[in-house]
Amino acid sequence: MASGVKPRVKVPKKATAGDSITIKTLISHKMESGQRKDKEGNVIPRSIINRFTCEFNGENVVDVTLEPAISTNPYLEFEAMVPEAGEFKFTWYDDDGSVYEETKEITVG
Amino acid sequence: MRILTGAVMAALLSTSGAFADPVDDNLVLNEETEMVVRTAAPDHVSEALDEVMSGWLFRGTETRAMQMDDFDNPGMIFVEQGMDTWSKVDGSEGKSCASCHNDIDSMAGVKATYPKWNEAAGEVRTLQMQVNDCRTERMGAEAWKYDSGTAINMEAALASVSRGVPVNVAIDGPAQSTWEKGKEMYYTRTGQLELSCANCHEDSYGMMIRADHLSQGQINGFPVYRLKNTKLNGSHSRFKGCIRDTRAETYSPGSPEFVALELYVASRGNGLSVEGPSVRN
Repeated sequence: MASGVKPRVKVPKKATAGDSITIKTLISHKMESGQRKDKEGNVIPRSIINRFTCEFNGENVVDVTLEPAISTNPYLEFEAMVPEAGEFKFTWYDDDGSVYEETKEITVG
Repeated sequence: MRILTGAVMAALLSTSGAFADPVDDNLVLNEETEMVVRTAAPDHVSEALDEVMSGWLFRGTETRAMQMDDFDNPGMIFVEQGMDTWSKVDGSEGKSCASCHNDIDSMAGVKATYPKWNEAAGEVRTLQMQVNDCRTERMGAEAWKYDSGTAINMEAALASVSRGVPVNVAIDGPAQSTWEKGKEMYYTRTGQLELSCANCHEDSYGMMIRADHLSQGQINGFPVYRLKNTKLNGSHSRFKGCIRDTRAETYSPGSPEFVALELYVASRGNGLSVEGPSVRN
C-alpha cells in the first residue's frame, strides 16, 4: 500500500429530491507516473490511483479512469441528482491492488 | 477603421500597466471566518507603506478560491498530517505534543506572536525552533530538520488553529536588536543583481516580475502551499529562494540571519490575519 493515502469526501448532509448537488472528493496519493528516474537512473515504478467510482444506493453515478499524467492528490468534483435518501459510496483503486472506500449518508427533505 | 483600431490598442496599452495590481476582494474562510487581508501599515513601516496587503490579493481568481475552502485547500492535507503527529508519542520520555498541550486548539493565537523572544534561552525563536526545543528537552526526541516535511507540517497545523488572528510580533524590548538586524538585511542589496528585499517588495509590488505578480512579500500566509511544487513551503526556504534569485550566496533555513529576517518581515505584516496554510502559485 502506498503510504499516507487518505480519502476525503464532501457531500451535503441534506438535499431536495430531484435536485443536483455538488460532490467534492480528494485522495492524498503520490501518483508516481512511472516516467521519472531516481538519482541512480533507475525508473521509479508507477504507483497511481487508476480508477475512481461513485455509487448511490448501488447505482453507478460516475466511473473514472485515471491516467499517469494526473497530478498528486487527485481531486475530483462532480454533480449528482439525488432522487431519494440514501448512501453515496466512493471507491478508489490503487495500482498495487489496494482499494480505499468512503461512504456518506444523505437525507432528502 | 484604422483610427478605431488604434484607439482600442491605446486603451489596451493604458490598462495593461494596472494588470498586476492587487484585487479588491475579501477573504472569508469556509464562509465563516472573516480574514484581514488589507489594513493600515503598522507604525514602524508607515514611512514606507500606507497599507499592508496579504499576498492573497495578488493571486488569480482560482488560486484565491482554493484558499477559501478547507476542502479545496491542498495545504490542509499536510495540516492533517501535522495533527496526527501532534498526538503521536515520540522520544525517550514517552510523550507526544498532546501530553502537555492537550488539544491543538489550545495553541490558537500562538503562531501570530512568533518569532518571539525566549527569556531562558536569551534568543529570538521561531515556532519551529520552539517545537524542536520541546522535542529535545521535554520529549527526549530528535530535533526535526529546519523546514523539513515533518517540521513544516507541524508549523502548518499550528498556524491553521490561529487563522484569523492578527499577526502581532513584538519588536521592542529584548527582541529589538534582532529586529534591527532583520531590517538591515531587508534593505541591503545582495547578489550580482544587487537587489534588496525592498527593491521588489516595497518599491515595486503590484508590478510584474517576468510573468508573475510582485506582492508585498508578507509572510502572514506561511507555511504556503505552492502550486508549482505541490507541497508546503516555509518562510526561510522562500527567503533562500529569493536571495538565490538575486544571484547571491544564501543563508540556510534556521540560521540566525533568517530568524532575524523572519522577525522583521513578520512585523511588517502586524495586523494582517494569520492565513497559513495559504495557497499561492
